[in-house]
Amino acid sequence: MKRLMDLQTGDSLEEITLKPVSRIDLIKYAGASGDFNPIHTIDKEATKAGLPGIIAHGMWTMGNLSKLFTPYLEDGFIQDYTIRFSGMVFLEDVVTLKAVVQDSSVTHMIFKVMAVNQDEKEVIKGKINFKKYQ
Amino acid sequence: MFNEVIGKRSDKVKNIVERGMVKKFAESIGDSHPIFIDEVFGKESRYGQNIAPPTFPRVFEYGTIDELYLPNKGLIHGEQTYHYERPLLVGEEIYCYMEVADYYEKNGGNGLMGFIILKRYGEDSEENTIFTEKQVVIITETVRKELVR
Repeated sequence: MKRLMDLQTGDSLEEITLKPVSRIDLIKYAGASGDFNPIHTIDKEATKAGLPGIIAHGMWTMGNLSKLFTPYLEDGFIQDYTIRFSGMVFLEDVVTLKAVVQDSSVTHMIFKVMAVNQDEKEVIKGKINFKKYQ
Repeated sequence: MFNEVIGKRSDKVKNIVERGMVKKFAESIGDSHPIFIDEVFGKESRYGQNIAPPTFPRVFEYGTIDELYLPNKGLIHGEQTYHYERPLLVGEEIYCYMEVADYYEKNGGNGLMGFIILKRYGEDSEENTIFTEKQVVIITETVRKELVR
């Protein structure tokens, strides 16, 4: 693992590829987060809503994405985390989490972050402003 | 149609960053790092305590805004932003409330779309802001028509 302070603009954090999305993943997230919208867990409800099948909670993907930064929580913390939900995540999709340094100063590091599916399509994207402890 | 609720707020609700919920939440996003779940690791960390993942405020209660009716189906979560003054500590009390920050409509490919901007706040017991959250919820024309009916 690279040390945070050694990262330069354009460098990436080590990518993480999740195992294929399963229904149990989404049931667990529903239980842990309290978001029981049935389009995330029940096929019939997803179809009724005009979807081809159940989709992951956007917040599940956003929650996963922040773990790229978890190993650095002794060096700083996520001060700002902005995400646009640009695509849907379906069962069996293979999601890869990415973060690239966009800018850095003495106090902060700004990362462009995204999650892409197996077709390299962005499903969420945004920015993380990581505040460094002095 | 949501213009009259702009600026409305809920009453504050006391939440606790519960150890068990943090553990369950961290597991559900595949992030069971000891900084979130191992007591000894937390004590020895710079925080002196375990902390919660940044999207954990999803589990808090924010109270209700009586005038705001949102259907539980057919809404699209467009954007989400968190701002933190510091990470949330396991065991602490957080007082949360929400407000309707804005509402506007735009013409899109699928007709007239409504955008509701919700802001959520988390404060400590001395009313210091610990985090704020901004959520953009998109209401499609189909759902809007249902609501007007």
